[in-house]
Amino acid sequence: MPQSRTTTLGFPPGPAPLIGGATEQFLRRRAFWNRFAAYWLLAAASVSVFVTIGIVYVLFTESAPFFRVVSLKDFLTDTQWTPVFENARYGVMTLVSATVTVAGIALAVAIPAGLALAIYLSEYARPAVRETVKPLLELLEGVPTVVYGFFALLFVTPLLQTFIPGLAGFNMLAPGLVMGIMILPYTASVSEDAMRAVPMGLREAGYALGYSRFRVATRVVVPAALSGITAAFILGMSRAVGETMVVAIAAGQNPNFTFNPTEGAATITAYIVQMAMGDLPHGSIAYQSVFAAGMVLFLITLLFNLIGFYLRRRFREAY
Amino acid sequence: MSVESHVLGPEQRSFQALVAANRRTDVLMASVGILVLAVAAALLTAVMVDLISSGWPRLVNPDFYTSFPSRKPEQAGIISAMVGTSLVMLVTAFISIPLAVAAGIYLEEYAPKNWLTDIIEINVSNLAGVPSIIYGLLALGLFVYGFGLGETILTAGLVLALLILPVIIVATREAIRSIPKDLREAAYGLGADKWQTVSHYVLPAARPGILTGAIVGLARAIGEAAPVITIGALTFIAFLPPAPVQATPPFINFDWLMSPFTVMPIQLFNWVSRPQAAFHINAAATGVVLMVMTLLMNGLAIYIRFKLRQHQRS
Repeated sequence: MPQSRTTTLGFPPGPAPLIGGATEQFLRRRAFWNRFAAYWLLAAASVSVFVTIGIVYVLFTESAPFFRVVSLKDFLTDTQWTPVFENARYGVMTLVSATVTVAGIALAVAIPAGLALAIYLSEYARPAVRETVKPLLELLEGVPTVVYGFFALLFVTPLLQTFIPGLAGFNMLAPGLVMGIMILPYTASVSEDAMRAVPMGLREAGYALGYSRFRVATRVVVPAALSGITAAFILGMSRAVGETMVVAIAAGQNPNFTFNPTEGAATITAYIVQMAMGDLPHGSIAYQSVFAAGMVLFLITLLFNLIGFYLRRRFREAY
Repeated sequence: MSVESHVLGPEQRSFQALVAANRRTDVLMASVGILVLAVAAALLTAVMVDLISSGWPRLVNPDFYTSFPSRKPEQAGIISAMVGTSLVMLVTAFISIPLAVAAGIYLEEYAPKNWLTDIIEINVSNLAGVPSIIYGLLALGLFVYGFGLGETILTAGLVLALLILPVIIVATREAIRSIPKDLREAAYGLGADKWQTVSHYVLPAARPGILTGAIVGLARAIGEAAPVITIGALTFIAFLPPAPVQATPPFINFDWLMSPFTVMPIQLFNWVSRPQAAFHINAAATGVVLMVMTLLMNGLAIYIRFKLRQHQRS
C-alpha cells in the first residue's frame, strides 16, 4: 500500500519508474497531482497555526505601546478603569471583577444542572430519550448570543425585578443566569461523553456489590470520569469568560469594580465592544487599551483551554 | 418482596428500608435530570414566544423586510442587514469550507505521527476555544489596519471564516474517520493512488458528514455579532452594496467585497441598545428572523445526520 512508503511529512513518493509512451505520461501527471495535493492539504492544515500566531502577534504588538505608558503594577492593582477620561486610570481588575462575577453565576447554574443532566442522560435515560434530547440541546446551543442578550435584558431582568426590588436595569445577575443555561448544553454533552467512556465493567462491579443506580453514578461513574467532567467545566468557564453579546447588552457598559450581582458592570468583552462601537483613532491609547484588555482575556481563556485540553486527553487515554 | 413484614427480623427490615431508600434516590435523580431538561426546553420556548410576541407588529409588516434602517422606528427595516448577512456568508462559506475540508483530510489521511501534527491538532482544539471577540481583535489589527482591507464585507467574511474553521475541521475529521478502511483498500486494489482514493472515494462518502459540519458552522457565523462589531461594522447602512452580477460583460463584479455593510446580529444589537421601546420591537422582529434562520440550518444538519445514521445502520 502506498501509505507504507510515505516521507516524514506524510507525502507520497515521487514519480513512478519509467514505462514509456502515453502510460508514462499519464503516470507522471498523476504523480504530480498526487504530490501537489499533499502539499496543498498541508498548507491548508497550517492555516490554523498561522491564525494562532496572528492572534498572539496582533495582541502583543498592539498592546506593547500601552504597557510603555501604563505600568504593569497599575494595570493589575488599580481599581478604576477610565481610559477615555481626562484623568485616565487603567486598572484592568475593574473589568476582571465583572467578568468573574458573571462567569461565576453562569457556572453556579451550569455545573450542578449540567452534571445532573449528564448523569441522567448517561446513566438513567433510555437510548430513545437520549437520541431525542441531544438534538434539542444542539438547537439550544445554536441560538445566536445576541438573541440571548435581548432575552436577558428585556425578559429575565424585568422578571427578576419583581422578586428583587433593588435590581438595576443593567445587572450581572440576569446575563449570568442566561449564560448559565447557554453553556449548559456544552458542559452537559462533554461530561456525558466522559461518563459514557467509563467501561461497563466498573458499573457492573458496582451493581454486583448491591449498589443502587444512584450509588453507581455518584460513587463509580463520576469519580472514574472526573477528569473529563472537570474538563467540561473548565472549558465551560472559558466560554463564560469569553462570552460577549449577552453581557454587552444586559450587564451595562459602565466599568465598575464590584462583585455584587445586582449592579451593572462592564466585563472585558463588553468593554471591547463598547470601544469598537465608537470611532477609535488607530494608535491612540484608548485603541491600545482594547488590545491590552483583549490580551488579558486571551491569556485567561488560553489557560483554561490548555488545562481542559490536557484533562480531556487524559480521560480519553485512560480507558 | 412479598414476605409479610411481621415475620422479618431487624436486619431484614433495615434491608427493606435500604432498598426503598435506594429506589427513592433513583427516582429523585431521574426527576432532577428531567427537570433540568424541562427548564432548558422551557427557556427555548420562552425565548421564541417572547421574541414573536414582542416583534409581532413589525414581523407581519412586509415593509420591515424591504426598508432600510431609519431614525423612525416604525419605518425602519432590515433589508440592508439581510443583504449584508447573505454576502458576508457567501465569503465565509467560500473561504472556510475548502480550507477546513482540506485541513481535515490532511489530519486524517496524510498526517504522520510527529510533532508538527501534534502542534496542528493542539492548535485546532485551542482555536475552537478562543473567544470570538479575540478573532475580532485579530481582524481589527491585521485585516483592517495591517492589510488595509478596511471595514468591509471581505474583512467580515474572512474573520467569520477563521472563526468557524475548527468546527468544520472537526466535523470533516469525524466524517472521514467513519469511512471504513475497506473502501480505501478497494480503491488502492484497483490501482488508484492516494489522491485518487481520497478525492474519488473517501471524500464523496464523507460528504453528508462534512455538509452537516459546514451547515452548523455557518449557522454559528450568521449569529455571531462580536467579531463583526469589533472590526467596526456600521449600524446605519441606508444603501445596498454593488450587485455581484451585472448585465454587461464580465457579468460578475467584486466591488461588493469592499463595500461597507451591516449584518442582522449587529442591527439587533443596535436596536436593543436604544432606550426607546419602539426600537425594541424592531429588535425582537430581527431576532425572530435570525432565530428562524439558525434553527432551520441546525435542524437541517440534525436531519442530515439522522438520515445518515439510518443509512449506516441498514
